[in-house]
Amino acid sequence: MTDQKPDVDAHSGVETTGHSWDGIQELNTPLPRWWLFIFFATIVWAVIYMVLMPAIPALPGTGMTNTLGTRGHSDRALVAQEISALNTERAAGAAALVSASLKEIETDLSLQQFALAMGESAFGDNCATCHGAGGRGAKGYPMLADDVWLWDGTLDGIETTLRHGIRHSEDPDTRQSAMPAFGRDGLLQDKEIDDLVQYVLGLSGGSNDAAAISRAAPIFAQQCAICHGAGGAGNREIGAPNLTDQEWLYGGDARDISLTIHNARNSHMPAWQGRLDDATIKALAVYVHSLGGGEK
Amino acid sequence: MFLFNRHATLERHSLLLTVGILVVVAIGGLVEIAPLFYLENTIEKVQGMRPYTPLELKGRNVYIREGCYVCHSQMVRPLRDEVERYGHYSLAAESMYDHPFQWGSKRTGPDLARVGGKFSDSWQVDHLMDPRSVVPDSIMPPYAFLAKKTLKFDGIEDDLRTQRLIGVPYTDDMIASAKADLVAQASPNADYDAEDALVARYEAAAGRKGTLRISDYDLNPAEITEMDALIAYLQMTGTLVDFSTYEAGDLNNRR
Repeated sequence: MTDQKPDVDAHSGVETTGHSWDGIQELNTPLPRWWLFIFFATIVWAVIYMVLMPAIPALPGTGMTNTLGTRGHSDRALVAQEISALNTERAAGAAALVSASLKEIETDLSLQQFALAMGESAFGDNCATCHGAGGRGAKGYPMLADDVWLWDGTLDGIETTLRHGIRHSEDPDTRQSAMPAFGRDGLLQDKEIDDLVQYVLGLSGGSNDAAAISRAAPIFAQQCAICHGAGGAGNREIGAPNLTDQEWLYGGDARDISLTIHNARNSHMPAWQGRLDDATIKALAVYVHSLGGGEK
Repeated sequence: MFLFNRHATLERHSLLLTVGILVVVAIGGLVEIAPLFYLENTIEKVQGMRPYTPLELKGRNVYIREGCYVCHSQMVRPLRDEVERYGHYSLAAESMYDHPFQWGSKRTGPDLARVGGKFSDSWQVDHLMDPRSVVPDSIMPPYAFLAKKTLKFDGIEDDLRTQRLIGVPYTDDMIASAKADLVAQASPNADYDAEDALVARYEAAAGRKGTLRISDYDLNPAEITEMDALIAYLQMTGTLVDFSTYEAGDLNNRR
């Protein structure tokens, strides 16, 4: 059956493959022209592509990982170009931010607008995850839109916090302080902590348990006053919160305060210097300062 | 053509057909397999990559067990928008000790290749306990149970040994002290000698300082939980490579 003209099926008029098995023959229906055309076109395109674009893994020792292609295309070079173009576009504004003082940025209208726009977008990606959209805060994450500050609420203070973080052990200039875990480490008895909770609640008018308060007064003076102040007004130098107001970072009911005294909180904010550039950090400082509670 | 006309011959001799099939399949196989032997030269030469510490490796196992990769990729693509949002695009070198890699092509949650160090440990705990407590519109399920599950690490040496079998350069020293290293990384201020030994071992492998953090990741000093391991792993992702040693212009790093 080799080298012979293919048979034609009388019924359909289509050529057969010439194979005959037990008298049964198979039609050799040709592939559609359009399909064949596309099929060969893709093969031709593959060859062209291999010449134009990086395609074939190079052998070791050739100093490259793959053939480079005549167009010299590189995704990594392309993204580097795009980023540098972006930086050029931002350069004027960013340079102005870096060279101006925070005070100048806040008083110069065009600089301020630029900083606020830049700060808002950087805040959305990096800060809002903890501090909430618009700095509304959450339990354990300070609200930035009010005038209650644990640390420094001035422009410079906010910049320092942004750059070095809070209790960020990798940064030697980080804001540092530690509240002892009075219950967990056995510094106070459970009963003493219960009394202390009433005392702390009482500072902001939340407790009438005079007996407990008077029992706790010497404990507070001995253990707490050194950081939180004799009257409980707090100390911004070491991030000790004011206990006499109605603002509670970790909740203000008896159970929350008891947990705080028992385990201590000592939350941590990462340092952003190195992760964000100078212009972005300054823009963020101005943005956070503008949220509502910025201090002179 | 010659071959087309001999088709019947091929089909009627089983041995010939077998050899023919073998030749055709071998071509396909070679095209797919041969490049794998040159894998080494696709990995950028950068400083800082080290094998994962036992705690990080355990965390990575939790990550894989819980299917985090179903929603989170770990690859910042070389696109402007991604680099702007997540940081430097991922390098092949950064996943060279990943078995299996966690690149992914679909994101329901954000990419996690550079999440290490971006948020505090306590944020990671709060977020895993109840994602909506910190990200109100998140659709991530809570993983609070991880904080209650004590980490089982009896077989950690075998884990390391298996990783070594498939190319991760764990030293005998690392394997022998795996248990101590795991405990030391999750227990700050407990045993300073163990901490120093752990840091020395893995920073030597990294060739630079600052690639290892010791912390009570889940904020519960009473025990080492799966939460500790997972957060230790997350806080390490994307932080190992020293990008000042990456030469973007080098022909070897061209992609």
